[in-house]
Amino acid sequence: MDLEEYQRCARTWLAANAPGARAEGATEEDGLAAAKDFMARLYDAGYSGITWPAEWGGQGLTQAEERAFATEASEVTLPTYVFSIGLGMCGPTLVDLGTPEQKTRHIKKLLRGEDIWCQLFSEPGAGSDVASLQTRAVPSDDGGWVVNGQKVWTSVAQHADYGLLLARTDVDVPKHKGLTMFIVDMHADGVTVRPLKDMTGRAHFNEIFFDDVYIAPGNVVGQVNDGWSCAVTTLLHERLSISSGVGMSGQRDNPASFDSLRKIVDTSDPLVRDGLVELHIRSRALALFNAKLSQETKAGVFPGARGSAAKLLLAELVNFQADLAVSLAGPEAVAYEGAGGLAGAIALAPAMSLGGGTNEIMRNIIGDRVLNLPPEPRVDKNVPFKDLKVGTQS
Amino acid sequence: MKLVLSAEQRELRTAVRGFLGTASPLSKVREDAEGPDGYDRAVYRRLNGELGLAGLIVPEEYGGAGAGHADLAVALEETGAALLPGPLLATVFATIVLTELPEGGAVKELLPGIASGTTVATVAPFPGQPGAVTASGDTLSGELPAVPNGADADVILVVAGTGDQVTVHAVEAGAQGVGRTPLTTLDLTRRQARVTLDHAHGRLAGGGEAAGRALARAFDLASVALAAEQLGVLRAGLDAIVAYSRIRMAFGRQIGSYQAVKHKLADMHCKLEQADAIVRYAAWAADESPAELAEAAALAQAYVGRACFEVARGQLLLHGGIGFTWEHDAHLYYKRAKSDEVLFGPSRTHRTRLADLVI
Repeated sequence: MDLEEYQRCARTWLAANAPGARAEGATEEDGLAAAKDFMARLYDAGYSGITWPAEWGGQGLTQAEERAFATEASEVTLPTYVFSIGLGMCGPTLVDLGTPEQKTRHIKKLLRGEDIWCQLFSEPGAGSDVASLQTRAVPSDDGGWVVNGQKVWTSVAQHADYGLLLARTDVDVPKHKGLTMFIVDMHADGVTVRPLKDMTGRAHFNEIFFDDVYIAPGNVVGQVNDGWSCAVTTLLHERLSISSGVGMSGQRDNPASFDSLRKIVDTSDPLVRDGLVELHIRSRALALFNAKLSQETKAGVFPGARGSAAKLLLAELVNFQADLAVSLAGPEAVAYEGAGGLAGAIALAPAMSLGGGTNEIMRNIIGDRVLNLPPEPRVDKNVPFKDLKVGTQS
Repeated sequence: MKLVLSAEQRELRTAVRGFLGTASPLSKVREDAEGPDGYDRAVYRRLNGELGLAGLIVPEEYGGAGAGHADLAVALEETGAALLPGPLLATVFATIVLTELPEGGAVKELLPGIASGTTVATVAPFPGQPGAVTASGDTLSGELPAVPNGADADVILVVAGTGDQVTVHAVEAGAQGVGRTPLTTLDLTRRQARVTLDHAHGRLAGGGEAAGRALARAFDLASVALAAEQLGVLRAGLDAIVAYSRIRMAFGRQIGSYQAVKHKLADMHCKLEQADAIVRYAAWAADESPAELAEAAALAQAYVGRACFEVARGQLLLHGGIGFTWEHDAHLYYKRAKSDEVLFGPSRTHRTRLADLVI
């Protein structure tokens, strides 16, 4: 099947299968069941895990098909948000680093939406400096592990079946050298998930408490004490998936988008036109940069740390766009009856700069790994973790 | 849409970069720019003889290479990065106009000379550039206050009149009634001249509605070519400050290790990535998607022109005091970037053009 044919089939399938808005009065559980049902049909039709290896349950196709499908999917709203962490970060990490047994156990169910995944890295005392995390995992007698600690900013954890956990397994070595990555069962005894209300007034993420949580043998990802390099793999996938919009609905639903704004503002005003054209320029510049990265990927040149530039630019664009939209719309945007789309957009905008690494961390990565600038001196680099002060502890 | 270079284009880039690295390094650029001609005629001849740059997009039947605008963009990015002095870009603008104009007239007779590098040519005025010329038959009168390489050119393609009444004429530089006054330019590496036409003879190269359409497309193509040069200037300026940031010490550390410096460089890198993608896209549209060209060209000028200057200014400032000295190269990028940014009119005109196309 050639690419055009592939894209045409995808369009037809989406037209027939993409669900509309959630029915009025439907509960969150109804929504989750519908999302899982959709994901199963998406997988069975061959549109989940398009580029993932066929031997683990993917389709084994190329970026070209992935892009063709994404082009069609951006025209509709898909209920895939709850799967986005698994599809964008945890799954790709398992594909890269998991054992054959782990891949057999998890990849297909993840792609089919049978299991929902979350990512458990950040802690109250370890955000940008995530390697200073304090959650401990100690070996149990049977070759498994016991985990104690607290995680935070965890999207979709309230629905998650599994989590990719980063925990400290050695406190006598410097902070990067004593971490291990685990697959953790989110339904295990001792796991407590508590919603965390953010500045939008909604709970987009959670805090998680681990109290003597047992992890069975066979759930270490990569090597013990090599968790940092595994985490870097996950974070690379995270930045790429954020910048390329995996699991995000299209601009069509965005009240601050160029097309939405154009309909509500006075486009004869030269200053309005200048604002709109700036939004258009920035949007096109980033869209073309992302397209270039995906063409390079297809040609075998992997973006690596350059994905951080795409993530930084997206964060800046989202903040600029929401700011512009509210400024152009005026007072009605911040005092309203009903939904208040633009108020939601300006309240949510900072999330894009904070989630997946702050703008400042992205700039450090671009400087260190793309431009090969000298790193900042690290005072904690050779200090055993147990002698380090982290977070705001005194 | 094609945003990455082909193997042939990478070879072209290597060839042009290699040639300029030895034939026209920055130390020589500075020397040539301050010399009597403003550029080295021997280098210009080799550029056309060995690499065929002036004739790159000229059809093979007229002695050119018959290459596309995406190839041209690769070459101009390198000449931009090298801050090559002289009339290459002006001559490329002329080849663009001549290849776009319908067959007939004086047009195609000029192309072989330009393609071989023996004829230096320029165009004036493109939209946004100052000056107005009226034509009575093939007799031209008017003033062109700032013509790129106007004093170097053997032939000036003069655009007279507007709308359906537009005509394009080839004016021999030495013809009677042609006055040329070299100007002092901010950018040392690219000269300009005021040209006056007092009943000067200009062979008709095209006119009427068809010529108007050809000129509109030629302006878009020239905007893409200019953006390719700007991309090169941006890239080279950024490379220079990144290299310096790795070796310059302050307070016991390389300055590139400070976030105050590193974060500015990261932002400049983001501009480079986006400028690169836009130039590749616009050059692709020039070759493959005529319907997208006008918008792509306006986007290229609106984004890349500004980004180029911002990066050129940023790199100069991060060099510290040495960047403000005459002997340092930082100001050469800065001045080329600012001159390029306004070459086709004030930058707001590109934004206005884009706004009219998309809003």
